[in-house]
Amino acid sequence: MSVFVLRRLLTLLATLVGASLIIFLVLDALPGNAAQMLMGADASPDAVRALTIKLGLDQPLAVRYVQWIKGLAVGDLGNSYVYGTPVGSLIAERLVLTIPLAIMAMTITVTLALAAGIYTAANHNRLGDVGVMSLTQVGIALPNFWFAILLVLLFSVRLQWLSAGGFAGWEDGIWPGIKSLLLPAISLAVVQAAILARVTRSAVLEVLREDFVRTARAKGLGKREVLWSHVLRNAMIPVMTVMGLQFANLLAGTIVIENVFYLPGLGRLIFQSIANRDLIVVRNCVMLLAAMVVIVNFVVDVLYAFIDPRIKVHDL
Amino acid sequence: MAERSNMPLIEVENLGVRLNTSRGPAQAVRGVSFALKRGETLGLVGESGCGKSVTALSLMGLLPDSAVVTGSIKLEGDELVGLADADYCRLRGNRISMIFQEPMTALNPMHTIGNQVAEPLRRHKKFSAAQARKEAIALLDRVGLPDPARRVDAYPHQFSGGQRQRITIAMALACEPDLLIADEPTTALDVTIQGQILDLIADLVEERGMSMILISHDLGVIAENVQRMMVMYGGTVVESGPTDEVFRRMGHPYTQGLFRARPKLGARKGTRLKTISGTVPELADLPSGCTFSDRCPLVIDQCRAALPPMVDVGPGHLARCIRTDVSMAERVGALTA
Repeated sequence: MSVFVLRRLLTLLATLVGASLIIFLVLDALPGNAAQMLMGADASPDAVRALTIKLGLDQPLAVRYVQWIKGLAVGDLGNSYVYGTPVGSLIAERLVLTIPLAIMAMTITVTLALAAGIYTAANHNRLGDVGVMSLTQVGIALPNFWFAILLVLLFSVRLQWLSAGGFAGWEDGIWPGIKSLLLPAISLAVVQAAILARVTRSAVLEVLREDFVRTARAKGLGKREVLWSHVLRNAMIPVMTVMGLQFANLLAGTIVIENVFYLPGLGRLIFQSIANRDLIVVRNCVMLLAAMVVIVNFVVDVLYAFIDPRIKVHDL
Repeated sequence: MAERSNMPLIEVENLGVRLNTSRGPAQAVRGVSFALKRGETLGLVGESGCGKSVTALSLMGLLPDSAVVTGSIKLEGDELVGLADADYCRLRGNRISMIFQEPMTALNPMHTIGNQVAEPLRRHKKFSAAQARKEAIALLDRVGLPDPARRVDAYPHQFSGGQRQRITIAMALACEPDLLIADEPTTALDVTIQGQILDLIADLVEERGMSMILISHDLGVIAENVQRMMVMYGGTVVESGPTDEVFRRMGHPYTQGLFRARPKLGARKGTRLKTISGTVPELADLPSGCTFSDRCPLVIDQCRAALPPMVDVGPGHLARCIRTDVSMAERVGALTA
């Protein structure tokens, strides 16, 4: 087990180094000089040059890369070109929204999807199965921002239960924060839950055809007991793979929903920084997202080994 | 009512099973009747698709929901056809157990073998976890798994095919069932292991006084392991009787064909194996009359008119053929071999 984890950790580190190189090189190759952008088009060349030196942009590529990595290692991400404040605290401000939002959306996704997936598989080809599967088809077809607007119309405009946008923060306790993230989380969860429910259903159906299910029935277990004690654990591997991808996606790809609800999340920070050529913020945000995706995948890999005893032996 | 001791353990009467296949509904089993006393052993022989496994699964009540079962299956006088699944669950693994063909896939890869063997004990006998584990180790020891106390917590992928079949046997025997159904228990195993597993099953059946239904396509396996046998073809029983009697002098052209088709030791090099011409008919389009009529060398028009009745051809020995006078004139069986 420990060897398995160690190997996966090494892969994780190697992936992060590769990602950092690509991010650094691509952003460096982008046209547009940060100093020029900051000073405006009318700035004198001397002033621009002075700022370039002040920002350290005149140094060779390799030196700047090493400086960045050293900074990452000690948690010093440098200062934003635009705001002048530390990038670390800029990102941290956004993460207190993005991470709880992702967790809430994922919780809703998993709850809905597992319930629907298991229910439909257990009632394969019956009315309930067809009904729920048609619903998931609709769910997949829904654009989430459109669904978000419908939710706002219903819960904010008509019923006035929840606010239409903005983030209350966590200063006044947990509840106001959760309340302001509820509609965004539901909008994000619905489409994902539809996909995950279908994955769950097909995974469960596949396992239900296995010989050991018949063996378990031959031992006297009822259909439901077989489902819970023998089938689900076997069906979890493909389900968890998709769950991992979805969670990574929730951390990185929620910009549209953030815009609909006017939430100051990580997606909006990246979007604004790109518009402002605040490349140092962009670089660190993208690196953070890459790291989160890699870490989520690592966690999923380790969970595989927990679920499936065969992985410890075969994947060494 | 007959006395309990005289009552057959299992009594099947006019069993019919209708399955929904990809080619439409098909009568997979029809008119199968037999009775089995406590401690008796019965063999079911036939090619794949002849209905022997469907017969076994209908005894277990494990056919797909869409299957229609007609006729009667009685376990010590209690009707099993139409029994609610919850009631059937109390019998399965407890009074009737089954061993399957594929040991590689019959065990759950995610559970330890100890838990899988203990499962029926905990369920039917309400053993505590510790009791069930102890009993599981004893069972694994009895079926000849080496070092069971240590390996009880291992997973199925850590065992060979033969060992896994021993584990499924331990599982099936856990609650000391009255009836053991073994569906091709050695077909997927190496030849060297086959004999060991069959000997183990035979020992256990004898030791615990169980009845057994052994399903096989292999006449040799049947000849050595059961007291009575039934030959199935196209969903019907074409010949039945005491194993010695049937092998002494076979009555049905199909049984004779199976017997002739087996490879023989000492045959001259280049001798072709005898085969039964034609192929097994799809259950969805069986010929009318005798199910074997399309492939039978002795077929006459009358064979296709109606399903022939079972006729007596010896002590307790029946064959579903109207031409036994011709088929049995040429003696086919162990006596002539």
